[in-house]
Amino acid sequence: MSTTSAPTEPQAPDPLAPDPRGRAKQRPGDLWFSGSALFAGSMILATLAAVAFFLIIQSIPALGAGSDEASLISTNFWDYVWPLLFGTIWAAFLALLMAVPLSLGVALFITHYAPRRAAQGLGYVVDLLAAVPSVVFGLWGILVLAPAVQPVYAWLNQNMGWFPLFSGDVSATGRTIFTAAIVLAVMVVPIITAICREIFLQTPVLHEEAALALGATRWEMIRMAVLPFGRSGIVSASMLGLGRALGETMAVAMVLSATGTVTFQLFTSTNPSTIAANIALTFPEAFGTNINVLIATGLILFVVTFLVNAVARWIVNRRKEFSGAN
Amino acid sequence: MTITAPPPATLTPTTDSLRSGRLAAWVPWGLLGASLVALLAVFLIMAGAAGGDFNYGGWLVSAALVYLAVIYVTSSIVEGGRKATDRLVTGVVTAAFLIAMVPLVSVAWTVVSNGIARFDLLFFSSSMRNVVGEGGGALHAIVGTVLITGAAAIISIPIGLMTSIYLVEYGAGKRLARAITFLVDVMTGIPSIVAGLFAYALFAIFFGPGIRLGIMGSVALSVLMIPVVVRSSEEMLRLVPNELREAAYALGVPKWLTIVKVVLPTSIAGITTGIMLSISRVIGETAPLLITAGFTDSMNYDLFSGRMQTLPVFTYTQYANQGIPPEAYLDRAWAAALTLILIVMVLNLAARLVAKIFSPKTGR
Repeated sequence: MSTTSAPTEPQAPDPLAPDPRGRAKQRPGDLWFSGSALFAGSMILATLAAVAFFLIIQSIPALGAGSDEASLISTNFWDYVWPLLFGTIWAAFLALLMAVPLSLGVALFITHYAPRRAAQGLGYVVDLLAAVPSVVFGLWGILVLAPAVQPVYAWLNQNMGWFPLFSGDVSATGRTIFTAAIVLAVMVVPIITAICREIFLQTPVLHEEAALALGATRWEMIRMAVLPFGRSGIVSASMLGLGRALGETMAVAMVLSATGTVTFQLFTSTNPSTIAANIALTFPEAFGTNINVLIATGLILFVVTFLVNAVARWIVNRRKEFSGAN
Repeated sequence: MTITAPPPATLTPTTDSLRSGRLAAWVPWGLLGASLVALLAVFLIMAGAAGGDFNYGGWLVSAALVYLAVIYVTSSIVEGGRKATDRLVTGVVTAAFLIAMVPLVSVAWTVVSNGIARFDLLFFSSSMRNVVGEGGGALHAIVGTVLITGAAAIISIPIGLMTSIYLVEYGAGKRLARAITFLVDVMTGIPSIVAGLFAYALFAIFFGPGIRLGIMGSVALSVLMIPVVVRSSEEMLRLVPNELREAAYALGVPKWLTIVKVVLPTSIAGITTGIMLSISRVIGETAPLLITAGFTDSMNYDLFSGRMQTLPVFTYTQYANQGIPPEAYLDRAWAAALTLILIVMVLNLAARLVAKIFSPKTGR
């Protein structure tokens, strides 16, 4: 492993003589190859830095802009971003509220309940959900899901309208923030399931067998051995799902009929938009400083998802070091 | 385990103490069938009384709820509370899996049944140039998707592969390698729209605002693709047994030749699988292409000049800018969605086949 640190050293007089310290001889091929590998690795760092750099450069004009420079903004930039940021977080939160329990159930079913033989095939079927392009989910959400759930919204609104979340005038099309959250949940479930599945499979078999031998039922075994072992993994899987839900664009852009208000009501036709969906819908026709405003909102989305993902990965990596699995 | 006494022929539940207090294996299934049938009757009567359609969703959901309640009560009477909870959780977990299957089946069904209407020869042989209303096709979008994704693959595969070689072969334990691993993980979570904005911001500085090029789309896609390639190839390279490397070193083979001639051929099947899966992941991206490659109705074979249509964006624009008659536009959108899903599925299946057929026989 020490071969890469050699290039700066002075050349030995006879290139074929073995190094007196017993080091491997440096051949030109080695230098080229390790150099290009190092270059490729550094490209990753450079790319991430470039993403941040160019987004910041292009956002600077937007931060101080008023309604004179950019027609999108009515008062100042932060008043424009706030409802979008609220919508992004609210939709992602609703999606996770549905997706996390569901994916836990699916992951447990595949790892501990389904017949051993079928387990791998079932896992593959769930992964297929992740392979469906988001624009297809968008089409499905607007043409199939929204009409299907609208009667449920109307019923909940009529009979449980006293509950603040269900209040307001019910949407006639079903294209509400809750429908968008359902579509997001469908897209996030395979991600959370895949990670939870891996973690549940890593549970030491001895712990499981010990619990069963002590007379625990299958659920008690899962509660005592599998879930405590996978707790941090579940948390980080949910956060990775959150990162995906925050940044998902097309499905929300197509399903949601947004008006840019800040409201918690789930079933009305006045919904907050999300940052990503707003960019996708507004960008193709944007011009001048409006483009900078949209890029600045994208920068905020980038920062938020970067933080969420970084925390999630940090939890996963910490768990790797301290888990008793190996 | 294999030495079990043959079961006594005269086994009756009343005399077998081990079996007392347990539900027979058929009881849960029987209860499930009973609750399905009972609620089928209820819903049929309701549909008949209200004169409406039969409510499949309501029937299945309420049957599941009734089953869970009945099995819990039955089991807690016969078997006690702990067993009852276990059976309840089993039911809930299975229900969770079935619920997760609903959108998959529904998406597959709607896409196939709606997409088949325009899944014809014309769709694959003509563009949308000068087409208003019915007719027209997605040839320009298919060409654009192939070109843009191909260029993205040409950018991402060398960088991704060399990065994973660095991580596995050269960087073990180094701080830079740890930083790269962490950032690659974080990069997998970059929202696709942000990658598109990055490509736009990058090109807008050099070419002025409002620029739309096919190659911008490739850059945006490669930002999304590189981390996937790195992760999958890294895993595959780590699977190569160290003995192979050590044997090569012992024979005096230089390190780079060891990697090229020993490590890569051993793991090439897994790497190919990973690359195909990463292509199938980015080929369906819409948002970054919408804001970088733009959309157009004409053929464009040149990545470096002018707007370029792609299949996902074609799907979106056909839906978003409906003309008259709207059905023609929706049919084209569904047909494009079907094409896209088929491409993704074929890539996925081919990737699994490659992994299965070409992987080295380990002998374990």
